[in-house]
Amino acid sequence: MGAHAHAADAGHAAGHHAHHHHQESFISKWVFSQDHKMIGKQFLVTAIIMAWVAVIMSLIFRLQLAWPEEGFAFSNFFLGDKWAPGGVLDSNMYLALVTIHGTIMVFFVLTGGLSGTFANLLIPLQVGARDMASGFINMLSYWFFFLSSVTMLSSLFVEGGPASAGWTIYPPLSALPKAMPGSGAGMNLWLISMTLFIASSLMGGLNYVVTILNLRTKGMKMTRLPLTIWAIFLTAVLGVLSFPVLLSAALLLLLDRTIGTSFYLSDIYIAGEALEQTGGSPILFQHLFWFLGHPEVYIVLLPALGITSEIISTNSRKPIFGYRAMIGSILAIGFLSFIVWGHHMFITGMNPFLGSVFVATTLLIAIPSAVKVFNYITTLWRGNIVLTPGMLFSIGLVATFIAGGLTGIILADSALDIAVHDTYFVVAHFHIVMGMSAIFGMFAGIYHWFPKMYGKMMNTKLGYAHFWITFICAFGVFFPMHFIGLAGAPRRYYSYTEFPMFDSVVDLNIVVTVFAIIGALAQVLFTYNFFYSVYRGPKAVQNPWKSNTLEWTTPVEHIHGNWPGPIPTVHRWPYDYSKPGKAEDWVSQITPLDHGEEEH
Amino acid sequence: MTKLLILTVVVLGILAVAQLARVYELTSKLRGKREEDITPADNRMNAMLMWLFPIAYFGFFLWLVLAYGDKMLPVAASTQGADTDWLLALNWWIIIPVFFITNILLFYFAGKYVYDKNRKAHWQPHDNKLELAWTIAPAIVLFVIIILGLTTWQRITSPASPEAMRMELYAKQFDWTARYPGTDGMLGATDFRLINGDNPLGIVTEKTIDKRMAELVQERADAVASLDQVLPDSKVAEIEHRIEYLDRMAARIVNLRLVMQQDIKAKGEASTYLHGADDVVTKDFYLPANRETDIVIRSRDIIHSAYIPHLRIQMNAVPGMTTSMKVVPTITTDSMRTIPEVVRQVEEINAIRLPQGKSEYVFDFLLLCNKICGASHYNMQMPLIVTSAGDFDAWLAEANKKPFEAMPDTASPAMTDTTNTSAGADSMAVAVADGQAPNP
Repeated sequence: MGAHAHAADAGHAAGHHAHHHHQESFISKWVFSQDHKMIGKQFLVTAIIMAWVAVIMSLIFRLQLAWPEEGFAFSNFFLGDKWAPGGVLDSNMYLALVTIHGTIMVFFVLTGGLSGTFANLLIPLQVGARDMASGFINMLSYWFFFLSSVTMLSSLFVEGGPASAGWTIYPPLSALPKAMPGSGAGMNLWLISMTLFIASSLMGGLNYVVTILNLRTKGMKMTRLPLTIWAIFLTAVLGVLSFPVLLSAALLLLLDRTIGTSFYLSDIYIAGEALEQTGGSPILFQHLFWFLGHPEVYIVLLPALGITSEIISTNSRKPIFGYRAMIGSILAIGFLSFIVWGHHMFITGMNPFLGSVFVATTLLIAIPSAVKVFNYITTLWRGNIVLTPGMLFSIGLVATFIAGGLTGIILADSALDIAVHDTYFVVAHFHIVMGMSAIFGMFAGIYHWFPKMYGKMMNTKLGYAHFWITFICAFGVFFPMHFIGLAGAPRRYYSYTEFPMFDSVVDLNIVVTVFAIIGALAQVLFTYNFFYSVYRGPKAVQNPWKSNTLEWTTPVEHIHGNWPGPIPTVHRWPYDYSKPGKAEDWVSQITPLDHGEEEH
Repeated sequence: MTKLLILTVVVLGILAVAQLARVYELTSKLRGKREEDITPADNRMNAMLMWLFPIAYFGFFLWLVLAYGDKMLPVAASTQGADTDWLLALNWWIIIPVFFITNILLFYFAGKYVYDKNRKAHWQPHDNKLELAWTIAPAIVLFVIIILGLTTWQRITSPASPEAMRMELYAKQFDWTARYPGTDGMLGATDFRLINGDNPLGIVTEKTIDKRMAELVQERADAVASLDQVLPDSKVAEIEHRIEYLDRMAARIVNLRLVMQQDIKAKGEASTYLHGADDVVTKDFYLPANRETDIVIRSRDIIHSAYIPHLRIQMNAVPGMTTSMKVVPTITTDSMRTIPEVVRQVEEINAIRLPQGKSEYVFDFLLLCNKICGASHYNMQMPLIVTSAGDFDAWLAEANKKPFEAMPDTASPAMTDTTNTSAGADSMAVAVADGQAPNP
């Protein structure tokens, strides 16, 4: 009771505050905004730009893989004569491109662009708060993200090229400038960029956790929170607990690179000389990296799953099936994600018993994942389905999650991993769950919450075209990779021309690249639709999707403090769709219970 | 000129799109249609696509299986490979039906329950029995997978039998070297500080230590002599740094010699420091069929990975560590070349290669690097030849005739004689480090 009263008072006080119209300058409204809605949009636009950089990189290396000996003006245009002489990609730059592509996509697009956008936009609106717990720290979290992005992009222009040891940057390769040109200044900039990124993530994550726990409006019990918030909440907890470990890994790497420490280095002879470091272990880095790295992929995935729960439920006009089971799955996935990291390290020479533990925990994580899939499918069953572009992407997410999740079972089995580790089989798996499921969640969220972000509507027909072309092309890109990998073809290979044994499968690389090119063009449709609609889209109504959650009770035009008057009180969970005995097929969370009505 | 043309096309294209967008805006306004109102026609179209898509999806999957299924790795040529392939097949038998059933339900439901404003969705927010059922069922299946997976893993990673030959694969940017234990059957100790042109793997013997010491002494003397010239300050600092480094290296090699002597004192003939001279360092990688070999893996510079896909074995090469993997190959290279599946695959590959004027492909087992290691990671390979045990022994006998050090190491008394030239060279080095002139 006390907590609710406090929140209502805070809301009341803030409501007063909102009425004192504080003068906003251009800088405080558009640049150093402390309003969570603006910050969310800043994350989104930055992520879209970074995504395009990563997509162009992928097109360049896909051209190389499909047609290894040919030159492309496209590559020469972006990389110049130094890195693509005659349009033929340099083999060091190939590794640089796959490294930066991975780094940008995992961190900047799928963490910054997914969490950063939707946590910021939705948390205060869906829990019923005026803004995040600390608007100032929130503002800093965006600007650190921006600085991090600029630093990462600047690393593309140093003489030795950007970091090139894979997005996983294992030492000693990433520690020794003599091992590859990208391990020079480019690697230092990568580490600086990631330090800024981690700072951004931590600031955001702390805000998210505090706001969700402390600033819920009256009546918003934890069990009345939309699943999107549950998912983002766990994501933030995961981030706060795991990103600092990456920071420590990066710091130790920086020390090994600069002042001669030997955390990761021992017994190395390179470039004609024995190095003096002894006693360190490269495996230490891998443990530290993957301690973040594994939760990181759930940080990428959980918000997408949460968004999907919301959109599938709203657009099926039906409650999400198994709300509590869904919460339980999110918690189980969150917990288990901390004890599976070793499955990335089965063949490092790590103690085999330790490997067995990770096999067990990793296979266990398939259980809550499966439960989520079954619940999504059952939500659709006997629903009344409206196929908006957001809904299409959400359904697409479930399909891709099935495919990617199932191959995870093979990779989790260490005995099988021996045969497929670091082959294209792995590349297929993680792209399907991240480059399809997670990004589909992001697209779904953008289409669904665009009216809330910008007060306008995106074009539906373009949305349909975007979805179907992307869905088809993405499968076309990633499915063949399973076969290339099962044929034994390693990843991060510049070309397969030196291996006749792969000659009969490498033409699949052409299939992959053609689908990749068409898929990339489809994203032009999306980008155009997005930016055009920001400026010239038709004006949105307050609740275009007839959704129950709180964000749709705010006015279309953004105001500081979100609600013009007091923050509404919540009386029910968010999933009263097609509830028997109700005139409409939706009931907003703020609608009080009817006389005699039971809350679910 | 072409650039100008492209630019014009792009600009005109953008203008065209902008105009089309304006037209669309106006017509929408006229029709009074709102973007969020999904028309029944649009719903039905997308619902139909939801039903058509799985046909294309499964069709694509089927095509890939039919067109490429027989181009996957052929029969596994090792005992653990056979184990692995069996386990993989079991996993496919579980995964593929689940894949089809869940996808069919998903797309079927997505297309069937098209929105109808006169209908209400079925209100059923949960069913606890169902949740329990579909939690327990996967748990059971996964439990079975875990048990089978871990028993296989245990078989693969258990220590090699004491009778297995231990041989070494040594990785560096960008090639592999094999090392066999020689007539004494034991791989010699190594130290990376002894690496030079004559000793690429850093094998420790009295001679290699002497040679390396002499090199360091010579290099130091040259560096000191070069200081007599007129040089810029930065160059002087560089040379002085170098001299300090060389002194530290020399001190460590002195220490290595001490360690070696202590180890020999403690273990006698069993000390690995006595077994390096007869090792065979070679670019020929041979394994005997039907006999266990324990492959020890080391790296000179960065992480590499020894991956032999046809044997289904893989293990990282980590600098500062020795990793290992054991293997029992079951099919010789010659036999593989006659297996129908392999013959067909080789023919298919040559049908592609020969018309392109490329060299003919003959089947070979191959060792590939499978951990990103730099510019030539994509071409760090070594062929592996698996022969019958008898042929292997014959090959090994021939190979043993070219040991690492042509002369076998001299008998033990020399080790404990502290007045021998090695100790003399060491004291010379130490004296030099102390700034005294070396005694001739």
